[in-house]
Amino acid sequence: MGPLIPNGIIGDGWDFVIAILIGIAFGFILEAAGFSSSRNLAGVFYGYNFVVLRVFFTALIVAMVGIMYFDYLGWLDLSKIFILPTYLGPMIVGGVIMGFGFILGGYCPGTSFTGVAIGKLDALFFTIGLYVGIFGFSLAFPLFENFYNSGSLGNVTLTDVTGIPASYFALAFTVVALAAFWGTMFIEKRVRKNMKQYKF
Amino acid sequence: MNVNNTIDNQPKYINPYLGGVLLGLLILATVYITGRGLGASGAIKSAVVTTSNTIAPAATKSNNYMGKFVSDDHSPMYTWLVFESLGVLLGGLLSGMLFGRVKKFRTDRGPQITNRKRLFWALIGGALFGIGSQFGRGCTSGAALSGTSTFALGGVIVMFSIFGTGYIIAYFFRKLWI
Repeated sequence: MGPLIPNGIIGDGWDFVIAILIGIAFGFILEAAGFSSSRNLAGVFYGYNFVVLRVFFTALIVAMVGIMYFDYLGWLDLSKIFILPTYLGPMIVGGVIMGFGFILGGYCPGTSFTGVAIGKLDALFFTIGLYVGIFGFSLAFPLFENFYNSGSLGNVTLTDVTGIPASYFALAFTVVALAAFWGTMFIEKRVRKNMKQYKF
Repeated sequence: MNVNNTIDNQPKYINPYLGGVLLGLLILATVYITGRGLGASGAIKSAVVTTSNTIAPAATKSNNYMGKFVSDDHSPMYTWLVFESLGVLLGGLLSGMLFGRVKKFRTDRGPQITNRKRLFWALIGGALFGIGSQFGRGCTSGAALSGTSTFALGGVIVMFSIFGTGYIIAYFFRKLWI
């Protein structure tokens, strides 16, 4: 029963080999879907390219439903998987800062790595920016340490907080995703009609 | 060579829904094998801690943030996310080679700005994303995508916060992209 490594079914020694293989698959999918171009990524905010929304939401609902099935079939022990801890205020602020970073920089960290891999200079500058930003954050950490640790709710899931079963959330996300896929199809067509050329 | 493609004449990308299904299955496989999701910003954090630890080990150890990631028995680079991110570079390169997108250094930008301006804003955007990802306990892959996939409240908060902000401020920065 999974998860395989935490349950000792696959030995710890394989950890880094698996990390590289998973990374290769991740990078390949991102690049092949067009996430190595900042113009493709920024398109989701301007309506001319919704590839980010399509890939992201599809991945999300496949993974959510998959995890629920794995749990149902007894293949995965959900009590042993990592649940991201919630820090309410810091996560909202962090997300807002990342939102600015996304619009200004045109990438997010994973996608910028794939941009670097195929020779995009803007991706390289974004990656250097990441390094500078995290270095600055670490050095200035004492200034906002209290805020950083505030609003801690622990490793909670949506179900822990609301009492609503996970399957309802999976269903809600699926319905919203399908509606978004359908709606953005029309928006994209309209916006593209009025757009000049789009250089890669 | 820079080719002006029209929108309908995009380089050969895979169908986004196929990409999404593959990515979803990869997250599922990753959770099934390792008990955790994907990530990206963590690797840069490791690089920062490693640099700092090489230049000023004592200061790094006493830094309340970086000190947590320093250990006596191995380098801070020896983490799962560093290996995974090397894989991301490699996987991106493989796909780029397969689809003919590995070319000379070039810059993607909106039609109304210069390359220099684009690179300047990419650097600033990267720095902001780096800072935000520390407060958010992960970036788009680690927190928003993997976190939400495992129904973590924090993942959902980060996801809505990133994309919500993006849509709110997009108008003010439209010169950069359209």
